[in-house]
Order: sequence, then structure tokens, then C-alpha cells
Amino acid sequence: MTLPRTAENALLAEAGEGTRVQLQQIVKSYAGNTVLHGVDLDIAPGEFVSLLGPSGCGKTTLLRVLAGLEIADDGAVLLGGRDVSRVPTNKRDIGMVFQSYSLFPHLRVVDNTAFGLRRRGVSKADAAKRSLDALALVGLADFADRLPHQLSGGQQQRVALARALVTEPKVLLLDEPLSALDAKVRVQLRDEIRRIQLRLGITTVFVTHDQEEALAVSDRIAVMNSGRIEQIGSPEQLYTTPATADVAAFVGLSSVVAGVAEGDHVTVWGQRLPLQAPADGPVDVFIRPENVRFAGEADAATDALVEESTFLGSVRRTLVRTESGELVRLQHSPGIRPVFGDRVRIALVPEPVAVHPRG
Amino acid sequence: MNPLAPSRVTRSVIGVLVGAFFAIPLLATLLYTVRMPDGTYSLARWAGLFDPGMAATLKPIWTGLGNSLLLAIITVAIVLLILAPTMILVNLRFPKLRPAFEFAALLPISIPAIVLVVGLAPIYLQIGRTLGTGAWTLAFAYGITVLPFAYRSIQASIDAVDMRTLAEAARSLGAGWPTVVLKVLAPNLRQGLLAASLISVAVVLGEFTIASLLNRQVFQTAMVVVQKQDGYLPAIFTLLALLFCFVLLLVIGRAARGTRKARS
Repeated sequence: MTLPRTAENALLAEAGEGTRVQLQQIVKSYAGNTVLHGVDLDIAPGEFVSLLGPSGCGKTTLLRVLAGLEIADDGAVLLGGRDVSRVPTNKRDIGMVFQSYSLFPHLRVVDNTAFGLRRRGVSKADAAKRSLDALALVGLADFADRLPHQLSGGQQQRVALARALVTEPKVLLLDEPLSALDAKVRVQLRDEIRRIQLRLGITTVFVTHDQEEALAVSDRIAVMNSGRIEQIGSPEQLYTTPATADVAAFVGLSSVVAGVAEGDHVTVWGQRLPLQAPADGPVDVFIRPENVRFAGEADAATDALVEESTFLGSVRRTLVRTESGELVRLQHSPGIRPVFGDRVRIALVPEPVAVHPRG
Repeated sequence: MNPLAPSRVTRSVIGVLVGAFFAIPLLATLLYTVRMPDGTYSLARWAGLFDPGMAATLKPIWTGLGNSLLLAIITVAIVLLILAPTMILVNLRFPKLRPAFEFAALLPISIPAIVLVVGLAPIYLQIGRTLGTGAWTLAFAYGITVLPFAYRSIQASIDAVDMRTLAEAARSLGAGWPTVVLKVLAPNLRQGLLAASLISVAVVLGEFTIASLLNRQVFQTAMVVVQKQDGYLPAIFTLLALLFCFVLLLVIGRAARGTRKARS
């Protein structure tokens, strides 16, 4: 990333502490189909929160309610403690980056970036100067005179980011801004967004269905499913102690297997594993792929049939079905190349595991 | 190269035939206006347009042309100020209404002008009483007759632009709806709006039936009047009107190329 060359960058000079964002009991339905079931979310000033979940889970709808592009049927949206539920989008003082390239095709990059400032009554000269500062922040100051179609997808999203930031909004909303980009650019821009967010201290809500993206940039992640937040916590919390099977499956690709807990340990496939928190009785045990290994005949383990195996470069990920019918994912060395139908024996690494009462 | 595409020779033959289909009647009309009774050729009849002695004969045409141009301006205003914003509203806020709206907008093309007039006559009786019988009042009827052409032109541009995202992006940046429409959407629908306007002008300049049956004097009705005194003048004005429409089409084409270049 090219950072601004001068210390006069207006955006950095005015970097604030961020604004608290509260969503209270948000309900939203379309034609009788409820897509948000009383969602609560409290985001601290300057925090970077990701809404993570599969397609159709309601994450984008929640973001649009926050932006004012959708009006909630019930509940309240508070920005900095002020109820803005009935305030139109253009008066909410937000910045938003969309999934599809949303630059105005007829305006040059600098005019696109200055658009929000001009709407706020900033003079043309001042708007141009501040726009160049914002473009410098995303490393595109030299592209100010180009038209959007003369930029690559990644550059267009950078301009969209600069355009959203230049007005110094209370909250920055990112609606899957990376999903249209190729893998390399996606990682670059993802890291760039996080760096800029940290520098400016702006409260940010990031919608994504990519768990790796969410884990990499977020202070906290809210995992959504069927219009509800299933769990909210730091990336580490979600990864190590998923609250539900859906969260476990979505974050870290954990497998869910049956076990019997007794105080501080749980028995799975005849193997004793330490528990993260004491429990008793039949439980679902969340097993991460890196904690499953191929075993020898003598080990306490279970037999399984290989369903599929995928080469991922530095590792290989294999999906097997155990004798009891459970699907278990393993991550192992790419040197081992199981194929569909192979009979293998698998065991668990004795790491502390998270469990959830069965039923 | 596409193996199914016609060969260069075939394309040339098709081009020449289609060109001849349009050019021969125009050339014949041009020859009709410049050929003298003794078999010689002269531009005297064209020069006659500027002859003070012809002023009385030409007066209905100038009056009709003036009325038609005024009608064209009002009709374009109806297209740009009523139809286009309504289409934007329907596409952005009420997309479920689009099929019904499209059906209503395309309906006039299937109704013969004579049938339209039968329906419009009692309405124009009322319009005559309240707004007078000025030719400009025909713009209300013309607003309906140009609807299918204007609708298709504007809708094609709307379909080519992600209007919803552009509008939402502008709203998130603090723009109110008037700014969204005027500063963001209209420039990106320029090609469609321009085409709709110019096609409306062409339709208005060529309309005869409604004006004639509702007893308003416009360009086409004036030509019929003048034809009774001088058979050559309507031919000359027809060529001029076609030339005008041809220039309009060139302007549309240029604008379209400009827009495509900006989007590519």
C-alpha cells in the first residue's frame, strides 16, 4: 500500500475514535418470510466487526438495515447513541462499499471520490484536495484523472473505499467488497482495508461469507444463520470454542462427532480427550481438521472410508465417513494421497475440545 | 472470423439492395423537384422557398412547422420529465409493476391512430374548453403515441446500467433523490434519453392523422394544404424533413458511440 507522502493528509489528521453502533431487536420480513429475527448487535467505537454466514443468512439485509437502505419492521438502529431508524440513508453519515463496482461511470476517479464531499457543501477546490488525500491513502493518487472503466477491479474497489472514507463517516459498511476480485488482489485489499481502518479508527462492519477473510481482519465476528446471530466473539474464540455445530462447521470447518463427557474429559472413538469446559453426558464434540490424523492399527481410533481428498498446496484436506456414519475432515501432509473408497484409520490429537450437549 | 457470417460479397450485395430500397424513392423525389417541364434540371423550385412572392403559399407550412416544433419540444418534455422519472421509479422502487407498466407503455403501438382519435375526441372537447384549441394541446396525445418508442429506448439504457447500486452508492454518500436522478442516473442513461427525445421529435414531425382529425394545423397537415396549390413544395419539404431526421439519427449514433466508449 502507498501511504500518503505528507503529514498533511486531512483524513489522517482528523482520524477519530469511531462511533458506537447498536442494532436492537431488528426484525425484517419480505412477503411474510422473516429474514431477521430480532437481531441484537452492539459494536464498540472503532471496532471492526464482520458479519459471517452462508448465503441467505441475513447478513447483507442486516447491513442494509444499518445503512438505511432497508427499513426494519421492528427494532432500532443507533449511531453514537442516536436513534436513526427512521433517518434516510443520505442523512445517516455512513460510508459504504458495495460488492459490485459502484463507481459512477461518467465521473473521473477524483470526481467520484469528491461526490460525497460536494453533497455536504464542501467547495470544489477543497473537495478535490481532500479526494486526492483519500486516493493517496489507497495508493491511487496518480489515477485521479482516469475514468472508472480505465481501472482494474481491485483499483475500482480501492477508489470506492476512498470515496466512502473521504467524508469521514460515522461508520464504514463493507458489503462483500472483495468477492468480485481475484484471490491475490482479494488478500492484498483485505489487508489494506484493515490497515486503513486501524489508522483511521473508524467503526467498520464487514459482510462476508469467507471465514478466512473474517478471521484475518476482524476484532469480532458475528456468525449468522437463518436470520439470527449464532455466536459473536473474537476470531480466536469462534475458532477454538464454537457455540453451535453451525458455527463449528462454518468457522474452521470443524467436524461434529458424538462423544460422552465425564467432568473434564470426553470419550470419542474410545479415545479420551481433555475438555475446554467441564460437561457430562452425551455431547457433540467439535473437532478441527488439523486435530484429526491418520492412525496405525495399534492406536485407539476408528475405521473410515475416504469420500474425497483435495490438494490445497501446503496441505491436503480429506473427508472421510466413519463406521458410525459421521463425516470427519482431516488436514494432513500433501504427501499422503488417499483416494475415494480407500479404507483408513483415523485418530484424534489430544487437544482440549469444545462440546455441546447432544439433542 | 465467424464461419457462419456471410461472405464479403454477400454483405456488399445486401448493403447495396437495402441502400437502393431507401435511396431510390428519395432520389426519385429529388429528381421530381428539380426536373423542369422541358426536361432540363434546375434548382429554381428550391430557390422559390426564399422568394417573397411565395410567402402566401408557404405560410401554412411555416405555421405548421412552428406548431410541430413547439409540439416536439412539449412532447420531449413529457418524455423527459414524466416518463423517464416514472420509469426510474418503477425500476428502482416498484420492480413488480414493471410488466404492467411495460404493457401500458407499449399498448399505443397496437392501436391505430384513427381509433385513438375516436377515444381522444371527447377528451379534446374538454381540453378545448379549458385550455383552448391551440395546436400545442396535441402534445398530450403525442405523449401517448411516442410512449412505445420512448419507453423502449429508455428501458434499453436502464437495463444496461446497474441503476440500483449506483443509486444506493449515491444515497450512502449523502445524495437526495433529485441529485441521484439528475447527477448520477441521468448521465448514465444519456443514450436512452437522447434516443427517446430524438425519436419523439421524428414521430411528432411525421404525425398527420391525429392532427388532421382533431383539426390542428401541424407540419404534415400544412403540406396537404399546400399540395393543392403547388405539388412540388411538399416534396421539397418532405426531403428536408427526412434530412433533418437523418441528422437526428446521426446525432443519436454519435452519442451512442460516446456512451459505449465510456462503458467499455
